[in-house]
Amino acid sequence: MLTYIFRRLLGIVPLLLGISIITFIVIHLAPGKPTTLDNALNPKISFEAKQRLDKLYGLDKPLYAQYSGWLWRMARFDFGSSFGDNRPVFDKIIERIPVTLSINILSLVFILVLAIPIGVKSALKPNKFFDKAMTIFVFIGFSVPTFWLALLLMNFFGVKLGWLPVSGIKSLDYEYLNFWEKFFDVAKHLVLPLFVSSITGLAGVSRYMRSSMLEALQQPYIYTARAKGVPESKIAYKHAFRNAVLPIVTILGLSIPGLLGGSVIFESIFAIPGIGRLFYEAVMMRDYPVIMAEVVLGAVLTMSGNLIADISYAYVDPRIRYKT
Amino acid sequence: MNKYLLLGISIIAFFTIIAVLAPVISPYDPSAIDQDNLLMPPSSQHLLGTDSLGRDILSRIIYGARISLSIGLIAVGIATAIGLILGATAGFYGGLTDTLIMRFLDIMLCFPTFFLILAVVAIMEPSIFNIMIVIGLTSWMGPARLIRSEILSLKEREFILAEIALGASNLRIITKHLIPNAMGPVLVNATLGVAGAILLESGLSFLGLGVQPPTASWGNILIEAKSTLGVAWWITIFPGLAILVTILGFNLIAEGLKEKIG
Repeated sequence: MLTYIFRRLLGIVPLLLGISIITFIVIHLAPGKPTTLDNALNPKISFEAKQRLDKLYGLDKPLYAQYSGWLWRMARFDFGSSFGDNRPVFDKIIERIPVTLSINILSLVFILVLAIPIGVKSALKPNKFFDKAMTIFVFIGFSVPTFWLALLLMNFFGVKLGWLPVSGIKSLDYEYLNFWEKFFDVAKHLVLPLFVSSITGLAGVSRYMRSSMLEALQQPYIYTARAKGVPESKIAYKHAFRNAVLPIVTILGLSIPGLLGGSVIFESIFAIPGIGRLFYEAVMMRDYPVIMAEVVLGAVLTMSGNLIADISYAYVDPRIRYKT
Repeated sequence: MNKYLLLGISIIAFFTIIAVLAPVISPYDPSAIDQDNLLMPPSSQHLLGTDSLGRDILSRIIYGARISLSIGLIAVGIATAIGLILGATAGFYGGLTDTLIMRFLDIMLCFPTFFLILAVVAIMEPSIFNIMIVIGLTSWMGPARLIRSEILSLKEREFILAEIALGASNLRIITKHLIPNAMGPVLVNATLGVAGAILLESGLSFLGLGVQPPTASWGNILIEAKSTLGVAWWITIFPGLAILVTILGFNLIAEGLKEKIG
């Protein structure tokens, strides 16, 4: 087991390198240099002054030198300062990560808790009413644009019915509430974002669980168990289910980039102070340091998620450890 | 022809016809501003109402179909083309080529697609052309993997070995024999890809980073929906429904194709 983990961790190094290279290339797609804006504001700037500015930012060095400088700074978590308010990018991101991570983790839990039973039940009674109803739900879940769903839900639950708040994660009078009231306040604020963020994953995972379970039920060992007289419920939950649920772990890992991307949209709509919204604001302002830091961060988070998923899969399915 | 295919193709055919016949069936010019009729609910004059500049929503949705369908199809075309070339090369030649291409693919897969697209759009100004290219450049990984695994399994089949024995050139084997036989899953993936591309484009347009007004896209009609929430329900409901039904159509086609290829 440990050797597997070690091997996988080693494999990360080239990935990280590749991520940094691609991000660096993407930055340099921008026409002009980062100093163009500074220069443009002062039409009288002399050639020597421009050169000095370039030298200050290391822009006169060849690309590979710029890249290694950038990489070295990144390794020390120095992402530069935001163009917007000159605060260190690192600080801005650290402030907001807990919110986004919590919502995304809650989404994953929510998806698991709902999708697995739905998938299993659909597989146990295929093409009956429950299965057909769930299939319709899944197709709609795949097809609905999340930002539209967010608007609809905001309109219905927030504006018309007034049951749920539509922005932020705390109410204005949060400071004056006692512990339980604080807890429910945050919970109320998170209901809509959580639902919007989970819907696509819910549809996908329940569908996948269903086909995985159906496939498991066709295996020869199931027929053996039945022939032995094992009761049907034990067959379903002890034998088929355990094998069917294994690939779900990988699917969860694979849905992380989707969740991160989705958080840009729902955090903007629900005014939640997370890294998704930070990214959106940075893009609108062309705040390149923040944009680049977030792209690298997104890639690293995805990679970590996949790593955790792979390791968990190797843990529950011993066959995997020896294949790779 | 199973029911998924039937329903899916009907839906997509409907929207395609609307898109093609847009100039003929659209009651108004989609960019025509009408100062006397701002934010009007659906009426006999404006079947789906007007937006805050008095533009007819129905016309904007009709022309939006053109934009969304073409962006979806072209973006997926680009992605599938790149994926086919890279995946087939990796699968056929194996060895170092395969390792290099697959490593590159793994790295690209680490980036949340939306993040990457937003970053590129921030750097290069949003335009219909840029969006198609960017979505294409970030979605080739799926088709590439599929083609590669299909080719890996087809490589050992007798008819391919026969071709090699007959002295057929590598290019001929790849293009005339391997790729056509591997197209099944690629087609399913491409259909789902169009659905995804349309969702991406509408999301981008909604955020203001996609199709720019006054050109109508289902996503950018919805930009106003946020500020007119509760007041002008027609701006929210109709474009969203258009997106929903179109994506549903493509998903149904994909499901139908999946059953057909077994």
